Amino acid sequence: MAHIDLKNDFPGIRGLMAFDPDAADALNGLANVLLRRESTLSKGDREMIATFVSSQNDCLFCQSVHGAVSSYHLDDSDGILIQQVKNDFTKAPLSSKMKALLHIAGSVQKSGKAVSSQQIDDAKSAGASDQEIHDTVLIAAAFCMFNRYVDGLNTWAPTDQSIYKERAEGISANGYTKPG
Amino acid sequence: MPHISLEEHLPGITGLLEYRLDTAYPIRDLTQILLRGPSTLSQAERELIATVVSAGNQCQFCTAAHTAAADILLGESHTSDMVKNDLSEAPVSEKMKALLEIAKCVQVSGKKVSPELIQRAKSLEASDLEIHDTVLIAALFCLYNKYVDGLASVTPTDPAFYQTLGNKIVNLGYLRSQPKPDKQTI
Repeated sequence: MAHIDLKNDFPGIRGLMAFDPDAADALNGLANVLLRRESTLSKGDREMIATFVSSQNDCLFCQSVHGAVSSYHLDDSDGILIQQVKNDFTKAPLSSKMKALLHIAGSVQKSGKAVSSQQIDDAKSAGASDQEIHDTVLIAAAFCMFNRYVDGLNTWAPTDQSIYKERAEGISANGYTKPG
Repeated sequence: MPHISLEEHLPGITGLLEYRLDTAYPIRDLTQILLRGPSTLSQAERELIATVVSAGNQCQFCTAAHTAAADILLGESHTSDMVKNDLSEAPVSEKMKALLEIAKCVQVSGKKVSPELIQRAKSLEASDLEIHDTVLIAALFCLYNKYVDGLASVTPTDPAFYQTLGNKIVNLGYLRSQPKPDKQTI
């Protein structure tokens, strides 16, 4: 049960968005720009960064939703790739650039200060642009916010993964929106 | 030196918010809603939440900026100093202490916020909305702190810089003076 009376039964951040629709608009605006605007990083790759950070933060709702959206975009219908990324992305079949960006995201999850110049150099050597590095850090930082909002108020998360798969189709078609 | 090319005259978060206006807009908007919107928590109390979280994340830029804002709003610097260094003895209400304890847990992990801490805040008459806002402000400052330090943005050492920034935050708020970008690039 959530720590506060949300006056609705929506799971995860959706319950919080119904509770505070003004904050929800800003939060969805950020998610839509970060994860869905035109970018040299594919939507699937950006959702993978969000999923990885949420998994490191042990946030079931966020890693399930964004894992499903990433799988949807990456043609990973059985979710095997996303599971590999969560288990040990260094062994997953990803580009060296994507692995370098996930290393950076993993550091941001621990602390901004944990991002090393070596990690940045590795990402640049693998062809990452300043913009891609910026977006990786901000996606990772944003999910440290979303995860803390969702778990800090103890919202509930469905355990049936098919619910997230269904939701991923809606997000892929319409973007991030508040309930209702 | 920052990890990416930023405008040299804009240190800390200010250069990052100018680097991409489309991501900056919703972040500024959320901050304005949470720290300056209508609330039963005072603006100073909300700045103190931002301050303790930034101090917990050891983000010098954000800690100095929001300490300055809180100090200007309170007219003294003793409270912010105590809140950062010895919360149990700080000259704030018991309710505020309970909310700041929640914020300090959120800084570490959302999962650290226990039912006992929430019950304590509620027994001291914190409302659901105040608890909600405390958690979201704390989470938002984890974003800011990780963004600022994750890209190694410049941290000015001159206290006058933060005094000026604090005055700007208090008097002008968090929105950019230019209007919202009208082109949605989604």
